[in-house]
Amino acid sequence: MIHQFDAIIVGSGGAGLYAALEASQRCRTAVLSKLYPIRSHTGAAQGGIGAALGNVEEDKPDWHAFDTVKGGDYLVDQQAARIMAEEAIQAVYDLENRGLPFNRTPEGRIDQRRFGGHTRNFGEAPVKRACYAADRTGHMILQTLYQQCIKNEVAFFDEFQVVDLVMDNGTCKGVVAVELSTGALHILAAKAVLFATGGFGRMYKITSNAFANTGDGPAVCARRGIPLQDMEFYQFHPTGIMGLGILISEAVRGEGGILRNRAGERFMERYSPTLLDLAPRDIVARSILTEVRAGQGIRGDRRIDDYIHLDATHLGRDTLMRKLPDITSFCKTYLGIDPADAPIPVLPTAHYAMGGIPTDIHGCVVRDGAGTVVQGLYAAGECACVSVHGANRLGTNSLLDLVVFGRRAGRHIGDYVQQAAAPSVSEADAEPARSWIARLTDGRPGPHGGHILEDMKLVMMEKVGIYRNAADMQNAIDTIQALRERYRTVRVQDRSKTFNTDLLEVIELGNLLDLSLVTAVSALNRQESRGAHSREDFPERNDTQWLKHTLAHLEGDAVRLDYKTVDTSIWEPKPRTY
Amino acid sequence: MNIILKIQRYNPGTDERPYFQEYTLEVDPNERLLDALMSVKRYQDGSLGFRKSCAHGVCGSDAMRINGKDRLACKTLIKEVAEQDGATITVEPLRYMPVQRDLIVDQADFFAKYRSVNPFLINDAPVAEKERIQSQEERMRFDDTTNCILCAACYSACPIFAKQPAFIGPAAIVQAFRFLADTRDRGLADRLPALDRPAGVWSCENHFECTRCCPRSILITKRINQTKKMIEKLHAGEGEGS
Repeated sequence: MIHQFDAIIVGSGGAGLYAALEASQRCRTAVLSKLYPIRSHTGAAQGGIGAALGNVEEDKPDWHAFDTVKGGDYLVDQQAARIMAEEAIQAVYDLENRGLPFNRTPEGRIDQRRFGGHTRNFGEAPVKRACYAADRTGHMILQTLYQQCIKNEVAFFDEFQVVDLVMDNGTCKGVVAVELSTGALHILAAKAVLFATGGFGRMYKITSNAFANTGDGPAVCARRGIPLQDMEFYQFHPTGIMGLGILISEAVRGEGGILRNRAGERFMERYSPTLLDLAPRDIVARSILTEVRAGQGIRGDRRIDDYIHLDATHLGRDTLMRKLPDITSFCKTYLGIDPADAPIPVLPTAHYAMGGIPTDIHGCVVRDGAGTVVQGLYAAGECACVSVHGANRLGTNSLLDLVVFGRRAGRHIGDYVQQAAAPSVSEADAEPARSWIARLTDGRPGPHGGHILEDMKLVMMEKVGIYRNAADMQNAIDTIQALRERYRTVRVQDRSKTFNTDLLEVIELGNLLDLSLVTAVSALNRQESRGAHSREDFPERNDTQWLKHTLAHLEGDAVRLDYKTVDTSIWEPKPRTY
Repeated sequence: MNIILKIQRYNPGTDERPYFQEYTLEVDPNERLLDALMSVKRYQDGSLGFRKSCAHGVCGSDAMRINGKDRLACKTLIKEVAEQDGATITVEPLRYMPVQRDLIVDQADFFAKYRSVNPFLINDAPVAEKERIQSQEERMRFDDTTNCILCAACYSACPIFAKQPAFIGPAAIVQAFRFLADTRDRGLADRLPALDRPAGVWSCENHFECTRCCPRSILITKRINQTKKMIEKLHAGEGEGS
C-alpha cells in the first residue's frame, strides 16, 4: 500500500510531536509510531527542562551554553549549544502557554531547581535552572504536545514499525513500515522524512530505557549509507535502582540528596570538591564505580553489582511528596522502602546516547565531515546528534534538545517541502523489506532471538560500559560479530499476521546488533578518555589528536570511520574540573 | 520460586473463542509480572501477544487483568500475586474493549472518548506576561489528575460499562477535570457536550472501582463528582440569569 504525504515524522516522543505540530501547519504531515504516541519514552523523563529563566536566582543563557560545552568535555558544537540555551527560554514559556503544569514559585511563576553541572558564572556554584513539574516533567511535556496535536488534528499512524528508508540518488523519498495490527507493508512516500525514534539503551543489560528504545531510526539510516556520529559516547546515569536500572532522578540530588558509601561517607567530596553530588553524570558514575571497585560499596565485595546509597532521608516527607512523588512511589513499589526513612540503593544505569544521526542546526541530516546535507532527510531528539551534548550530556538538556531542535526541524521541513518535488515511489521500493521479513517468517527452523539479545546486552554492559579498554572492546566486537552471524539464521516463531510482536522484537534485535557493533568499533578506535568515554589504557583527554567527531559508516559487516570538525568558536577547550 | 502463568489466548483471525494456556516458569518473587511475561515470550512461546514499553509504570502500555484485578504488569511484583511456590497467576486482557490478540485490546473507543472532552488547554486570551501566573495552591488543585497515563485500567474496572457501553468512562472525565480545575483554562462550555449527558458524567454511580485500581493513585471518583458539581453550578448560574 502506498501513501503520499509532504512530511513523515517517525516517532511520537517530544521531538517528533513538536516537529509534527510545526510541520502540520504548513503541509500534509503524518506521524508514524510503533507505540501509541503517549507511550513514548519522553514520558519517563523526570527531573526538569533546563532554561535560564532566572525566576529563582540570576541566570544567563551564556552560562547555560558554557555549562553544556564544558559538561560535554568540549566535544559540543558551540554555536549549536548557544542556540539551544538561547531558545530554551521561549521554548519553556511556549510549553507553559500551551498548558504545561509546571510547579510554581511563591509568586506564581515557573519554579526552578538545581541539576548536575548547571552553574552560575561559568562554574562558580550550582544554579537553579531546571524548570520542572514534580518529577514527571517529561510526562507533562509529552502530554502537552500530544494534546496540542489533538487540537491541531495531526494525522497519526499508531503502531506502525518502520523497517526501511527509501533513497534515490542520495535524496530521501520515504519510508517502509509494517502495520502491526495486520502485518501489512506500507510505503509512505514524502518529500521530507524526520526520524525522532529516541534512544537505544536496550543494547545494555541494565538500563533506564523502555523496551521500545531500540534505535530503529539510526539503524535503518546506517543500513542505507548514513553515517552515525559519536556513537562511542553513551551515558550511564549514576542513580538507577539497583538491579532493575529504573531511573532515580538527579532531581533527588538537586533537592539535596547525598551519595554515601558503606562508611556513610559523602564520597563526592573527594571527586568533585565544588559541585559535590551535582557534578556531571559521567564523573558521578565513575566515582560510584571507583568506590565499588575499592570495596567501598554497601556490600563491600567489589563485585560489579555492588551498590551505594542515595540518601534523601533528610529532605523530609513533605518535599518528597511535593517535588519527588514518583521517585517515592518507585522506591515503595520496587524496593519496599520509603525514601523518607531509608537510603535508596543505586547503581549506574545505561541511560542516554549522546551520539546518533548527524544533523545540522535545522535538523537536516548530513552525510560527511564537510556537512553535505541529505536532501529530504531529518533527525531530532535522542536519535540525532547535533551535537549539543558532545561527550556527556547534562541533565535537563535532553528535554530541551528535543523541544528546541524538534521545533527547528519541523519549521525547516515546512519551508523545504514548498520547493521540493513530490517523490515517485513504487511497490518495488518495499522489496528489500518484504524479502527480509519473508525470510524471517518462512517457518523454517532457526534460533529464537532471546538468547542472542541476552548475550549482546551482557557483553555491551561488561565490555563497552563505563570503564573501557582495548582488549575488552575487541572481545565485545568479536562477540557481536558472532551474534550477528547467528542472527542471520533467526526465525520468528509466531506465524500470525495479527499483532506479530515476535516479528517486531526480531526486527528490533537486528537494529540493536547493528548499533552495538558501531558503538563498540567507534569506542575501540578513540584512544583517549573524554566525557562518558573512559579508557583505562588511555586515561587522559587528547585534544591534539581527538578533538573531533567520529562518523561511523556501517558497510555490511565492516565499520568505516571518518571524522568531522568540532565547532570550538566560542570557548577554547580547557581541562575539565568541578 | 515456580509459578504457573494461566494466560488467556485469542487470535480473532484463527481461534473460534478465547482459551487459557498455562506456562510454568521459575521466577524471583521480587520480579515484575512483566518480567515473567517477557521470559515466556523470549524463551518459551514467541507467539504470546501483549504490549509493553517503559516497564516501570509510567507509559501505560501493559494494563491487564491480573488475578481478576486491573493492574499494570510492570507495577505488579510476583510476590503480590503469588502466595506460595507453585501458585497460579491468571492473566486476562482488559474488559470492554475488543481483543485484537491475546492480551492486546483495541483502545480506539477509549481514545475517541478521551478526545471527545477536548483534552487540551482552552484559552484564547493573549498571555499578559511571559508565563501565565498560577499560585502553588491553584496548581495543586488538579495535581493528581496530571498523573494520568491513559492506561485504561479504570475503564476495565468500571462496572457501568456492562449496562452502559456508551459511558465516556473515568479516564476521559479525569482528563477533562485536569483542565476544568486549571485556573488557566476557559473550556467548560466547550466540554459540556461530552460531559453533560446521560453517557457523560451522569452515568457514574460512585462504585469507586476506578479509584481502587488506578496505578497512578488518582482520586478518580472524587474528581468525577467535582466535575458533576462544576456542571451543576454552571446550570444553577444559568437558572438565576434567566
